[in-house]
Amino acid sequence: MTVDRREFLSRTGKLLLLTGTAAAALEHVLAGRAAAAPGYAETEHWWGMIVDIDKCIGCGNCVRACKEENDVPREPYYFRTWVERYHVEHGDMEHPTVDSPNGGFDGFPERYASGDGSKSFFVPKLCNHCVESPCVQVCPVGATFRSRDGVVLVDKDYCLGCRYCVQACPYGCRYIDPRKHVVDKCDLCYHRITKGLTTACAEACPTGARQLVDLKDPKDPVHAFLRTRSIQVLKPQMATHAKVFYAGLDGSVR
Amino acid sequence: MGSTIPGVDGYMYPNEMELQWGLLIVLYPFITGLVAGAFILASLERVFKVEQVKPTYRLALLTALAFLLVAPLPLQLHLGHPERSFEMYLTPHLTSAMAMFGFVYLWYLMAVLLLEIWLEWRREIVLLAASTTGVRGFVYRLLTLGSRNISERALALDDRVGWLVTLIGIPSAFLLHGYVGFIFGSVKANPWWSTPLMPIVFLFSAIVSGVALVLLMYMAVCALKGVAADMRCTDTMGRYLLYAFVIDFSLEMLDLLHRVYEADESFKSLDFMVHTRLYGSHILVQIVAGTMVPIGLLALTQVLSLTERARRGLYVAATILTLVGIFAMRWNVVIGGQLFSKSFLGYTTYKMEFATREGLFTAALLLALPFLILWGLVRLLPPWTAPEWRTDRTTA
Repeated sequence: MTVDRREFLSRTGKLLLLTGTAAAALEHVLAGRAAAAPGYAETEHWWGMIVDIDKCIGCGNCVRACKEENDVPREPYYFRTWVERYHVEHGDMEHPTVDSPNGGFDGFPERYASGDGSKSFFVPKLCNHCVESPCVQVCPVGATFRSRDGVVLVDKDYCLGCRYCVQACPYGCRYIDPRKHVVDKCDLCYHRITKGLTTACAEACPTGARQLVDLKDPKDPVHAFLRTRSIQVLKPQMATHAKVFYAGLDGSVR
Repeated sequence: MGSTIPGVDGYMYPNEMELQWGLLIVLYPFITGLVAGAFILASLERVFKVEQVKPTYRLALLTALAFLLVAPLPLQLHLGHPERSFEMYLTPHLTSAMAMFGFVYLWYLMAVLLLEIWLEWRREIVLLAASTTGVRGFVYRLLTLGSRNISERALALDDRVGWLVTLIGIPSAFLLHGYVGFIFGSVKANPWWSTPLMPIVFLFSAIVSGVALVLLMYMAVCALKGVAADMRCTDTMGRYLLYAFVIDFSLEMLDLLHRVYEADESFKSLDFMVHTRLYGSHILVQIVAGTMVPIGLLALTQVLSLTERARRGLYVAATILTLVGIFAMRWNVVIGGQLFSKSFLGYTTYKMEFATREGLFTAALLLALPFLILWGLVRLLPPWTAPEWRTDRTTA
């Protein structure tokens, strides 16, 4: 077979073009994969968190630890986790008074006296790592995705910053990082848990009110917790299959 | 229940203080609505053979194109990383309503609007390509796309294909704007948005705004050219505007009634918002000044026998108020949907910026841009020299 110069150039050109396209396509295929520690087996875990409301003292350690660990902006509008204080008077569940000064970063100033027929309690909040995540559903490019171990993650090199996921999250867990113009949220300290560590918030909690759990680990205390305690998730009517399980959650919490 | 953060009342989740979607995202449904509405009006003439609105057919098509070209700009400017927006074409996430935007948009632009415009103007493009020199001549020769055949048979074929494109175009226009409504209507986390009526309400308000815009432009162009507007045409459009508006208003009131009567967990929060922070833009501008008054004015032209001059005056007032009202409707959906907390315990404020990427200045430019494009389009593809136009003018 003889190939003249013209045909050769045409073929080479096409080959180069195809290679370039394939490389670009591969880059897109690889995007949206979890960045786990080496040797970590994604399919052997199913991560979640348990929160024991009765144990939370509102110290704010978790909020501070999270901001430190994950380089969260310090302004009071950006949180991967925050703590709310609920105050319910005379069983008026529909009108609780809620505050979260600086997300609980500095703890909570005394505000409510005891013995007046009201009750107060703290509710730590974070991404619920929903199995049926509205945020994952709406992301136009798949930059927000659920990894095979059940953690909702964000590929920040891929996020457009369209903010649709922020609108779609029923729990207010997402914010746009003002420095990078992409979305950010709790990733359950993915860089830590894939190395066998717990999350920064769970580690900093002095009472063990919040604990990272692996629902695929038969030895994890989560199974006893879910079996023996009265469990609730936030906004169950949203049907998101949330994996942050609260024990002792009051009906006034939203 | 006070709050120490300015502009915030009650309790908002900490990440909710800042609004995510501002003025530019208000423009987006407003502009696409005008596109869909103008196109649907043009289709009336083409597919349903409504002779009376013929004088506006070509103007409506060019208006739709001018606005469609601008429609993606507010979205693009709003993105945190505009340079990555092309990823929506390369790796669209198929469960995302937003990911479909590019495809719906391209389909509408390439398969419907450009094709229909090209077929409609083809004869003139070929004639102008032969008779014009210089840069303009070159542009026309490009626009012929290599086809100079304007035999009677070819033109008849153009006409048939054009009809078919319009036929496909109607559901496409419905899709384009119904889809925009779906983007909001499908967010279950937000009770202000989440209703299956949203796409339908968006669609009818789009028709309303599109008809109003083309009617206003037609009268403005006639005034500028010093010719009398064809009153048969303006009266028909005024009537269509009234009908579409009555349907649109009924749908919105149905939605409102449903919310008030059901009074679900979000109702108190939304009701409070409508009576406070959204009162001006929702009750006063959208419902009273932007809907009830123009419907009343249009109804007057139907029940009273008014002079042409009086009718024209009423049409001008009604169409301007309509456009303001529909803009307010988009505002109340987009901004209103972010003023309350998803905890239903608090409210925040929208602080409009001025000379920033997403500020008022940019928005004003974006709103002026379609008119500039239209001015260019009208010079390139004259809508007045159409045979239809001439015959209509002489027989009227």
